[in-house]
Amino acid sequence: MEGSGKGREGWFPLKTANVSYDHPFNAPWEYALNIDFVNEDRGVGARVAVELSPESAKLLAETIFAALQRGEADPQIQVSVL
Amino acid sequence: MYTTEQYEGMIAETITIKGHNGDEIHTYYARPQGAGPFPAVVVIHHLPGWDEIYRDFTRKLAHHGYLAISPDLYCRDAHGAPEDVAAAVRAEGGAPDDRVMGDVVAAADYVLSLPSSNGKVAVWGTCSGGRHAFLAGCKLEVFDAVIECWGGNVIMGPDQLTEKQPVSPNEYTSDLNAPLLGLFGDLDQSPTAEQVNQHEAELKAAGKDYEFHRYAEAGHGFFYYHAPIYHQSSAVDGWEKMFDFLSRHLS
Repeated sequence: MEGSGKGREGWFPLKTANVSYDHPFNAPWEYALNIDFVNEDRGVGARVAVELSPESAKLLAETIFAALQRGEADPQIQVSVL
Repeated sequence: MYTTEQYEGMIAETITIKGHNGDEIHTYYARPQGAGPFPAVVVIHHLPGWDEIYRDFTRKLAHHGYLAISPDLYCRDAHGAPEDVAAAVRAEGGAPDDRVMGDVVAAADYVLSLPSSNGKVAVWGTCSGGRHAFLAGCKLEVFDAVIECWGGNVIMGPDQLTEKQPVSPNEYTSDLNAPLLGLFGDLDQSPTAEQVNQHEAELKAAGKDYEFHRYAEAGHGFFYYHAPIYHQSSAVDGWEKMFDFLSRHLS
């Protein structure tokens, strides 16, 4: 993937998102939808982690698509990837 | 048993041993001070990593009079905060079973080589460590007792098998060569109560020496006092069952 993530030491380029439905490290359930945004080239500490309930993960997915749809439909926005 | 007028001392530190393929791996080793001889426990950490709660478990065993040794199963993969390392290993599909077995038998051989060893060693793990403990009790021939706490994926379907985990551990049930203690929460989703029933039925059919304790109000990870899944009464009883089992089989 392409993007930026803010970890404990500031912003860094993201290269991969690891998504799992598994035991979380911190969230208070047995299972969670876990997303680790990482850049392996920068070591294991280059990680932005979220752990979501299944309901939150679905809502987030829907919201992401809605935001993309709205943004891509706006003629005044042109996204350029360098 | 320690009583309040006695001296108690413990050394707990990171050491290096030669693990699978002779690779040097870090290992957390906690032992009572004194000549012993002491029984030993190889402590297999869970998927969330070689972390602080496993330090606590290892020292708890030393407090109770065991040479307790916990290898870093992720030592070759990465170093950093335990959770970050574990997340990276999870992304790569976990640690290979044969490598884990190599590291576990190396830890056992290390403690058995010590003059403070009484010649007996158990293997214990929780979660993925429970699965590895059962696997070790089947594939290795060094252990005098096996403790499996809520081992998920002891029973794996064909679609779950991977290059790193090519065989479902329950396929080795007939090879189990030490008494087994299993602790499970009935509300756990991995393993489910049905899977534990199957696991027990297979042990019974194979004529194995085992005892299972099931906790009706507990789910997964009920020893983890740092997490909401901790279940106090089940954990207290579980630890008592563990120490009773260890004292019977490692004397």
